[in-house]
This record gives sequence, C-alpha cells and structure tokens, in this order.
Amino acid sequence: MSKKTETISGSKRTGLILRWILAIVLVAFSIFPVLWIISAAINPVNDLANQQLIPANANFDNFRQLATNPVFPFFTWLWNSIKVSVSSVIVTLSLTTMAAFAFSRFRFKGRQGLLKAILLIQSFPNLLAIVALFSIVKQMGDIIPWLGLNTHAGLVLVYSGGAMGMNIWLMKGYMDTIPRDIDESAHVDGATDWQVFSKLILPLLRPILTVIGILSFIGTYGEFIIARTLLTRTEMQTAMVGLQIFTAGQYTQNWGVFAAGALIAALPIMIIYLILQDQIVGGLTQGAVKG
Amino acid sequence: MGNMEGSMATVAKKTITSVSSIVTTAIVIIVDALLAYFAYRLADLGYIPLMIVFILIIAIISLSFMVPNLKHFRWMAIGLSAWLLFSIFPILYTVYNAFTNYGDGHLITKTQAIEQIQKQTYLPETGKSYTWVAYRSDTNEYLLWLKDTDGTTSIVRMVDAQAADHTLEVVPGQNGIGELDADGAPLTIEGYTRLNKILAATDKNLTSIKFGAADNTIQVRSPSEAAQLLPLYQFDDATGNFTNTQTGKVYEDIQGTWTAKDRTALIPGYSAQVGGENFVEFITDPGLRGPLVTIVVWNFIFATMSLFLTFSLGLFIAIIYGDPNFKGKKLLRSLLLIPYTIPSLITILIWRGMFNPDLGIINRVITSIFGVAPKWFNQAGWARTAILIVNMWLGYPYWMLVTSGALQSIPSDIYEAAQVDGATGWQRFWNITLPLLLVSVGPLMIASFIFNFNNFNLIYAFINGGPPIPTASTQAGYTDIIISYVYNLAFASGRGIRYGYASAISLVLFVVIALMSLAQFRLTNMWEEVGENV
Repeated sequence: MSKKTETISGSKRTGLILRWILAIVLVAFSIFPVLWIISAAINPVNDLANQQLIPANANFDNFRQLATNPVFPFFTWLWNSIKVSVSSVIVTLSLTTMAAFAFSRFRFKGRQGLLKAILLIQSFPNLLAIVALFSIVKQMGDIIPWLGLNTHAGLVLVYSGGAMGMNIWLMKGYMDTIPRDIDESAHVDGATDWQVFSKLILPLLRPILTVIGILSFIGTYGEFIIARTLLTRTEMQTAMVGLQIFTAGQYTQNWGVFAAGALIAALPIMIIYLILQDQIVGGLTQGAVKG
Repeated sequence: MGNMEGSMATVAKKTITSVSSIVTTAIVIIVDALLAYFAYRLADLGYIPLMIVFILIIAIISLSFMVPNLKHFRWMAIGLSAWLLFSIFPILYTVYNAFTNYGDGHLITKTQAIEQIQKQTYLPETGKSYTWVAYRSDTNEYLLWLKDTDGTTSIVRMVDAQAADHTLEVVPGQNGIGELDADGAPLTIEGYTRLNKILAATDKNLTSIKFGAADNTIQVRSPSEAAQLLPLYQFDDATGNFTNTQTGKVYEDIQGTWTAKDRTALIPGYSAQVGGENFVEFITDPGLRGPLVTIVVWNFIFATMSLFLTFSLGLFIAIIYGDPNFKGKKLLRSLLLIPYTIPSLITILIWRGMFNPDLGIINRVITSIFGVAPKWFNQAGWARTAILIVNMWLGYPYWMLVTSGALQSIPSDIYEAAQVDGATGWQRFWNITLPLLLVSVGPLMIASFIFNFNNFNLIYAFINGGPPIPTASTQAGYTDIIISYVYNLAFASGRGIRYGYASAISLVLFVVIALMSLAQFRLTNMWEEVGENV
C-alpha cells in the first residue's frame, strides 16, 4: 500500500521535472529572438555574421548611430508612427462612440440592416482592396494635396474609415449593458440626447474606450502594408515601413543599428502590454486576431 | 402665474431650438457646398466613381440633418461617410477595376489622356518661321530671340521655365537686356551668354528645347530658322477618334487605346472597361496561370498548417500548465506571452536575420553541429518550413490565452463522470476536451484561418515571397500567397503595373473570404443577436 503511494508520487515528480524541462525549452523558444536582438543592439560589432549572444565590449554605440544616421532617420519614423496612431485612435473613438450610441439607444428604420451590413463588410480586411485604396487616396490628393499620397492625414482617414465595423460592435455591445433607465430618467428631467450622451453615458464608457483605444493604437502602430503603399517618401514613413525597407537593403552590415531601432520601436507596445495585460487579453479574445 | 412661467419657458426653449437649428442648417449647407465643389473637381478630372461616392456622402449628411424622420442618423453621419469611403467603396471599386485595363499605359482617365495627346506637337517642314539667336545661362537656362518675316522681334523663355511670363519685349535696359545689334538682337543679356554660330551649332540641348508658352511653342529647326510647333493629333469630339495631322492616319478608340488600322497605338491610353479579359487572361496565359496555381495551393497549406501548429502548441501549453497547483504559472505565462507583445513586423524582421542562410545564428549553430545547413531562402521547401516556424512562434501565445480561458469553462463534473467510467487521460482529451473546445473556439479558429490566409506581413517582410518561380511572367515566388502576389502585380517596380489584373484576382479572394466568413457567422450568434433586436 505504502509502496504504491510512493510510486505515484514518484511518477508525479518525474512528470513535474519533465514539465519544467519542457517549460525551459518553450521559454527559450519564446524569448530567444528578443534576447538576440537586445544582444545585437548593444554589440558594437554591428555585423550579423560576427554577432555573439554575450557581446564583448557592450556599449550604446548603435543607439548613438541611430540618432545620427542620415539614411536611417529612425526617430522621425518613430514620431510619425506615434502621430499617425494617436490621431487614428482619436478619430476612430469619436466616430464609433457616437454611432454606437445611436445604435444602442434609438430604434429607427434601417438600424438592423445597417448593423448587419457593418458586420458583413468588416469581414473583408481592407488590405484586400489595397489597389483601390491607393487609387482613392491618389485621386483625392490630385485635388487636395494634403489628403493624398505621402500624407499622414490621408493615412489616418484610411485607418479610421476601415476600422469602424468591429469597433462599433464592441462599443454597442458594451453600451447595451448600461441600463436604459438611467437615460430615461434624465430625459424626464428635460435632458437632450446630447446631454445624456456626453454627461451620462460617456463617463461610464471609460473601460471600453481604454480597451478599444489601446487595441487600435497597437493595430495602427504595427500596421505595415497600407503605410508602405501610401507613404513613399522616406521622411514621411512610419517606423514599421522604415525598418522593413532598411532590411531590404544591406542590412547584414548594419545589423546592430537595425537591432537598436527594432528594440526602441517595440518598446512602447511591450510596455503597454505589460501594464495592461489583463484588459488587452480580455478584449482580444472577444474576437480580434492580432496583426 | 405658474402657467405663464411655463409658457415663457416653452417660448424660450423654442427660440433656442430654432437658433440652434439655423446654425446647424448653415453648417450643413457650408459642408455640402465644400463637398459639392470637391465632387465637381473630381468629375472634371474624370474620377467618376469617386465623384459618385461624394455625392452619396452629401446625401447622407443633408438627409440626416434636414429630414426630421432621419434625425437618428446624425449621430453616425460622419462615421457612415468614412465607412462608405474607406470600407465599402474600396470593395466596389476593386470589382470595377477588375473589369478594366487599369495599369501601365492605362493609368489615367480619358479626359487626362486626351489632354496629354493633344499636347504632343511636331515641327513642320514649312509654315511660319523665324530667324533666331540663343542665349544660355550658367544653370543651362536658355532664352531665344526671334524675328519673324514682318521684322517683329521678341524673346521667349523655355516652356518649362518657372516664370510668370514666357515672352519678353526686346527693350534695352529691361530684364537685363543690353545694346541691340543691327538685326535687333541684344548683344548681351544679364546672366546669359549670347551663343554665336559655332557655340549654337555645338550645343547639344538647343534643338530639342521647346520655347514659348504651352499653347504656342517654338523650336529651333535649322541654324538659320526656328518654327512654331503644331499639334500632332487632332481630336474629333463626335467620333472620339484622333487624327494625325501630319500623315492623316486615324486612330480609333478601342478599349482605352487609340489604335490605327495598322495596329499602331497612341501613348498614353486611358483606363477603360475591357469586360472579362483579365479573367480570361489568367486562365489562358501559362505564365500567369502556372504560378497562380502554385500560389493558391500553398496559400491553403500555409493557412491550414499555421492554424494547426499554433493551435496545437497553444493548447498543449494551456493543458500542461493549466494545472492550478503548478508553481510559477504566472511567471511562465508572462514569459510565453512575449512573442505576442512585440509588433509582429519587427519580430519577422528579426527572424529574417536569424534565418539568414550564410550569416544567421540558426545556420551557424546547425553548421557547427552537422557541418551543413539548409538554404532557408533559396529552396522552396526550406523557405516554407522557415515561414511556418516563424508563424508558430508568432501565433501560439494567442491560442494559449484563448484555449486556457475556454478550458476553464468546461464543467469539471464531465471529467469526473468520465473518470468513474474508467476513461484514460488520452480518451478524455479526445472525447471530451477537444470536441467541447472546438465548439467554443470554432469561430475564432475561422477568424485565425482568414487572418493567416491573408498574412501579408509575414510573407512579404520575411523573404518577399521568394525564392522566385522561374516560369512566372510576373514577380512570383514559392512562398507567395495570393495577397502578396496581388500586391506585387500592382506595386512591384520594374515588372509593369497591372492594377486591373490584380483587382481581378482580389475578387477571387473576396469570394473565398466571404464563404469562410459565412461559416463563421453561422457558428457565432452575431446574426441572431441582431435579429433579437438587442
């Protein structure tokens, strides 16, 4: 009897050890590229072929080069990325919140049809229509140059207009959970729809605004194909486009500088994830797939 | 008394309402006017489809603010306009483009093409002629002094010169003009050198430069003569044909290309309807069909394998480490989540460096162990393997999160009942866990499949679809998926731009995606949600 318990706990221990070994292998797989790029960034060798995991004479030369290299205006790109992403988030949030309010609070003809249409159109990612998007922005730019190709305003419009569908649904779903008694009693007291929206509902939306805001920021910041197509001038490009174009050239000789750039570009998103892990995970598993 | 106060309040309220409605009306009219002007300019340039969209946007805005019954649409007027312009219209415009020859040689509208062809000129053998003297600046700007048969003189700048006036009067002292010679030509012009016969004869640029205003250009014909250029093609509004004024040859408008009887064509053409030609072409042309078959097959394998690998690894981790008694669970989850927290494009580029066949760390390690290493970027099979490995790394954290959530929602009494019946752990997994899991995460699996089916970033940033397929007539590679192939058809430099053809293939993609989305909708309750009027 006692011998049997021993074997069970023995096999349990073996299982636990196996699990730990496996965990170490998995973690190695998961974090190796990150360690590798950190090591490359602080390695003054700056050459893909001679990079070691533990660099000799580690220093921050690559970061210094990043700030001064004229063909690699990295910090301009980073600033462009942040500018475009923040603007897109603001535009998307204001448009979707108001639309979702109408869908959630009013009953009008065409409401259901429109909701279904939004859902249906949303399933076509707008990168499938990339040629059409390119032409639309080009044609608009032929008349209003600051909305055309190589402008951030044009890119922000494309991002915001293309991201309406899912966000309206997420926002409306959240608003539906706010009891309508609240706004009805406010209406009785003589409040207008706008007052109900701005004074009552909007403050209650903070959690969902945070989730949608962060997810759109991450999505826009990491977006590549549309930015690559619409922005062709070096000084207008975003960090993702800049880094990709950099690796399309002689990147093996400048691996350290690239690594420093990649690290800095990844940092804002990593920090957001670490701080807001639980909210993001909740939002993502509701339906979005990471890009 | 109370009654009167009440009625005064009503009056006040009505006044406020009417003032605010006047302001609203005024703003709507201004916005409409601006949009209408924009639409008019679009029509002027021949951008008819986009013009129609802007007319619809004007309708949305006006109707929602002016018609009381549609007042609820005010809340979404701008949102709907943006959605129409950047979500719906791109899809419809792709369909439209699929039936056009939009691409190299057909990039512009009919209006623009006619304008460009009408600008083409020729130098007549006879006709009005001038004697001339040329002047050149240090920056290779030229001026041309002209004297016609009546003895009238003038000085003209180059056609593309950045100046308000292309013709100058020949008055000494003005515009830096110095003393005149016997013919009336200035001996000096400030900033310019007068070219004597020898200098003029040896100047390489002079005979090809067009002088004067755009509608009245003059070119040097011989050392003694300059002549006015004449438009080479005459457009006939009634027939839509061009006629060569020099030879009399007639060019008929055939599907956006002005073509003569002897099959010669004018450049540029314009973007025109060509019916199903794009579709016929990719069925009949072996240089296009061959790679497309390879690409479509690989596209399905890639999406299926990616889903399978990421789902399996994620589920595996969720099961093994889902045990609440396992110590260090939280730390482990955070570490295993790391691939998820970095923008995928950045990590794809890092993997690209690590997989570099000659210099990357992966092959350096493999070579030191085995002596040889795979050519990751040069052989189709290895390139595809590398892409799947990278995608597994990118995708498993998502499935780890999703499945560990879904596993917790499976009631534990089912397992207990199975254990009583003597089911082994393996049997429990196959007969209980997996089926229940597939039901709850099925829609997400379809979403993930669709996402990977169009995973442009990975394919393009990793090795740009390579290695190349040698028989392809356009840029195509063994790891290309449909969307990256389409992208290269449209935007890859050097191989010719073919928007119309790219759009035609996009249409096929739309159909595939639509079918998969339909399956997704049937599995989720989103449609029912709308139906129940929540």
